[in-house]
This record gives sequence, structure tokens and C-alpha cells, in this order.
Amino acid sequence: MLLWQILIDGFAISSLYALGATGFTLIFGVTGVLNLSHGAIMVAAAVAAWAASGNLGAGAYPAAAFGVAVALLLALSTYYLIVRRLQLSRAVREEEKEIFILTATLLWGIMIQEAIAWAFTNNAKTVLPIVDGVVTILGVRTPANEIFTALVCWATIGALWLFVNRTLAGKAVLAASMNPRGVTLLGIELKTVYVGVWAIYGALAGVAGVLLGMFLGVSSYSAGPLTASAFSIVVLGGLGSVSGSLIAAYVVGYLETLTAYLVSPAYRAIPALLLLVAVMYVRPRGLMGRR
Amino acid sequence: MLRRALLSPPVLISLVVLIVASTLPLYVSGYVLGLLTIAYYFGVFSMAWDLLFGFANEVNFGPSFLIGLGAYTAGILDSLYQPPIALSIAAGVVAAMTGGLVLALPALRVRGPYFGLTTLVAVLILQNFVVVAAGLTGGEIGLTVPDVISISDKVNYWIALGFMGLSGAILYGLSRSPVGLILEASGQDPVQAGALGFNVVKHKLAAFLVSAFFSGLAGALMAFYLGAASVGTFIDVTVGVQVIIGAVIGGRRTILGAVLGAVFLVALGESLRPLGDLATFIVSAVALFVVLFFPGGLIGMVKGVREAT
Repeated sequence: MLLWQILIDGFAISSLYALGATGFTLIFGVTGVLNLSHGAIMVAAAVAAWAASGNLGAGAYPAAAFGVAVALLLALSTYYLIVRRLQLSRAVREEEKEIFILTATLLWGIMIQEAIAWAFTNNAKTVLPIVDGVVTILGVRTPANEIFTALVCWATIGALWLFVNRTLAGKAVLAASMNPRGVTLLGIELKTVYVGVWAIYGALAGVAGVLLGMFLGVSSYSAGPLTASAFSIVVLGGLGSVSGSLIAAYVVGYLETLTAYLVSPAYRAIPALLLLVAVMYVRPRGLMGRR
Repeated sequence: MLRRALLSPPVLISLVVLIVASTLPLYVSGYVLGLLTIAYYFGVFSMAWDLLFGFANEVNFGPSFLIGLGAYTAGILDSLYQPPIALSIAAGVVAAMTGGLVLALPALRVRGPYFGLTTLVAVLILQNFVVVAAGLTGGEIGLTVPDVISISDKVNYWIALGFMGLSGAILYGLSRSPVGLILEASGQDPVQAGALGFNVVKHKLAAFLVSAFFSGLAGALMAFYLGAASVGTFIDVTVGVQVIIGAVIGGRRTILGAVLGAVFLVALGESLRPLGDLATFIVSAVALFVVLFFPGGLIGMVKGVREAT
């Protein structure tokens, strides 16, 4: 009974982690940017959906769509206002660009987070779920919303997989992650690819954020931990490897659920962090890392 | 060469500023003194971080791991056994340096973002343990440190100022010494520095330990100044972020700029406090503006203006 409960709860949490981390790793793999405003963008999506249904009286579907749109907009502005500006900057030395982009996206994330706290207070908010009710699976009473979350996560990841592997535009993205210069030689504008990837990232982060808002609820405080968990999952799986991130998301998700159920919710985050440190020491490139 | 370094403009300007700052208690309110005391400790945090980033080119996302170890070790020791304050502080420094060693030995083998991440994870682990071991550390509420160095805000201010001046002198001297040069070479091109016969890992490890020494010492002193230690003031990632932002907007690779950045951040944050949540927003926006448009930081801005005229 408890075993099934852990399996089902862990699956839903892990799918959500997987979706959040996929966008993060996509951006790193293709454009080489670690976006530390990731958590803030997810929170912004959830809060936007919450505000749309609560303040404007929108239904569950339009509210969710509005949340995703906000995340898309924020992701694109992150690229245009910050990342691109620093990448093209002549005043910053090439080897220092990474730390500048990290610092700048971190500050940008804090700005988004504080703006949310100012406009909507930092109380926890739960987004109106799209599906209601409870289903009993294998004797475990499971909210239908939990199943819905896992389904949407996997559908989105599947759609991304189809896009990257089965469409011409997706193949250009894949090629850009392998060899940017080769892509430009084939006459593909690299900037267009990057903008596209940031847009996809925004949509993924938005969906993940809105689902998180329906499932667990978010507050502006969640932004930092969300970024940290995406970061650790991506590093555990190997920077830039999508399949590695998916595996790592399940490892972390189940470790946390197991600890929360069997030991105490207070220790929830610790085993995953220790595992991460162990992996960094033994195998710094992560489970499926290329380098 | 040493004499020329001692008489260079940055050193002379810093001396004048230090002398002026040491007279502040005579005509400034205790409230401002308290703010500056905190700002000076943050200045030391930022300088210690700049030695690691600006010269060894290693991004330490966990300055608050070292700071927290120093502050909490000193605080816990004091609250349990009340040994002489100096002993508690020394224990804090030893803890920070040991923690730094444990963290740096394996972490320095990995490159770039991985080093940064290892240090970030160290902060999260420490934070979790402080919260979980609430019986010892006071958990989320915080730890009360029964002893204080002094109850006079003037004395506390002078201690912080003197400590910052001394740390600044040592760190600045180190960065301008042959060792600092080797460190800078190791940071910019480790392969070539190694080929010239310098032990890159040893120098980076030494830099990390020096950084840990000053972070731990400043953390322990600050805990005794505040009479309390909490996750929010010493360990939280946002504390580390503030240290990093202070160093970056002050100007990297300058050591002294870090103090400027830290004081600027504390002053800006405090003067905007009436705005509530918007204050952090504006501070971050200003810092982002500096990072985007003046990557050389405040010191770089001054230099740029002087070169332009």
C-alpha cells in the first residue's frame, strides 16, 4: 500500500522535475547558457495563471495558456535583454562571459521574484486545476490532477522529442548543439535557432510552472529552490544530455519521495544533494554527460 | 617594487578613506554605524571571494558555506561552553578552513560550472543540516550567541573597520605579490602556468584556504557582533549572492573594489527599505545594470572616466 503510494506520488513529482529540467538542459546544450532565472520564470507562469483565473475570472484552460504565454515572453526577454547583450559584449573577456551570464540571469531571476512578491505578496498560491476529483489506482486514492500532470509532462517531452528528431527545424537545433559553425556554413542563421530554442524553453518552463502551481502550489520563495533542483538534476544527468536529465529527474524525484515517506519530510532534500556531491566527485560529467 | 606598490594611488586613496572612516563615530548616529559595521564585514566577504574569482578564476558560489561554518562553529561553541571569545573565533576559523579544504580538494579537480555547482550544493547541504539539527543550531529560528565582543557600537565599528583594513591590506598585498601573479597566470592559462613549473593546484588550494580564513574569521566576528546566527544572515544562498554581487559591481580583480561594492549594496538596500519588497527589486536592477553596461564595476567606471579625460 505504502509502496504503491510512493511509486505513484514519486512518478508524478519526477515527471514534473523531468519537464522542468528538460528546458534547462536544452538551453545549455544548444546555447551553452545556464539560466539561473529558471525557477523565477516557472513561478511567474504559475502566478500568472493563478492571477488570470482569480483576478480576471478566466477559466482553467485560458488561465493556463496565459501562464505559459507569460513564461514564453520572459524567456525571450531573458535572451534579448541579457544573454545576447553579454554574449556580444566586447568589454567582457571571453572566458569571463560564463560567470557574467550566471550573475546577470541570477539578478534577473531575483528581479522577477521580487516583482511577483511586490504585486501579489509572497503567500503560496494554488492554480485552479484543469481536472478535478480522485481516482483509486491499486488501492491508492490519487488526485486525478496528479495523473493529469504526469500525462501532460510526458506528452510535452514526447512532442519535444518528435520535434528535435523528426522535423527539419528540430534537426537544425540538434546540429547547432553539436557544431554551431557547421550550421552557419549550411546557411542557417544561428540567431534564429537560438531565438527558437529560447521560445521552446519558455513554453516548457511555462507548462512545468503552471502544472507545479496546480499540483503543489508556488510562492515567490520557490524560485530559488526550483532553480537549484533543476540545476542539480541537469548536472546529475550530465550537462546537455536530455536523456540523462530524464533519468536523473526520476532518481531525484523518487529519492525525495522515499525520504519524505519513510524518514521525515524535513530531510526530503538531503539524500539527493549528497548523491549529487558523490557523483560530482566520482564522475564529474554526470550520469550521461558527453565531456 | 614593494615601495612603489605601497605608494600607488589606490593604496593612498584607501588610506585616506580609512582615516576618514575611523573618525565617523565622532559625528554619525549609532544607526549608521551599525549599518557600516555590517557593510564592512560584507566587504571582507567580498574581498575574500574576489581573490578566488578575480585571480584564481574559480567561481565560488558558496562563499556563505565558509562564512556559515565560521559563524555557526563560533556561535555554537560560545552558547554551549562559553570559552574565551578569542577561542570560539579561532575555532570558527579552523572550521571554515577545514570545510574549505574538504570542499576544495576534490572540487578543484573539476572545471568551470562544475566547481561552482559543487560549492553551491555545499551551501544547500549545510543549510539543510542546520535546519535539521535544530537542537544544536537553533534551526530556522536561529542561534543566540550569549557573549558579545563589546556593547558599544563605536567599539564594534572600529573593530570591523580595523579588521576590514587589515584584511584588505593582506589580500591586496597578496594579489600584487609574486604569488598573486602566479595565481593570476594559473587562472588564465593553467596549462601554460603548469608548463612554467608552477604547481597550479597547490596555488589554487592556497588561495581557497586564504579565502576560507578571511570568510570564516569575518563570519565569526560578525556572529559575535550580532549576538545571533541564523540561516538567513549567514548561510542562505541569497547571502552568497550578495557577496558575489558586491564583488562584481565593485569591480573584479581589484580586491579593494569589493569593499566599495559591498558598502554600496548595504547602503542602497537600507535607503530603499521603506519601499518593502521593491527595495530588493531595485537593488538587483541596479546591480544588473552595472553588470550589463559597466562590466568593469564601479572601479572600472572611475578608471574609464579618468582615461577618457
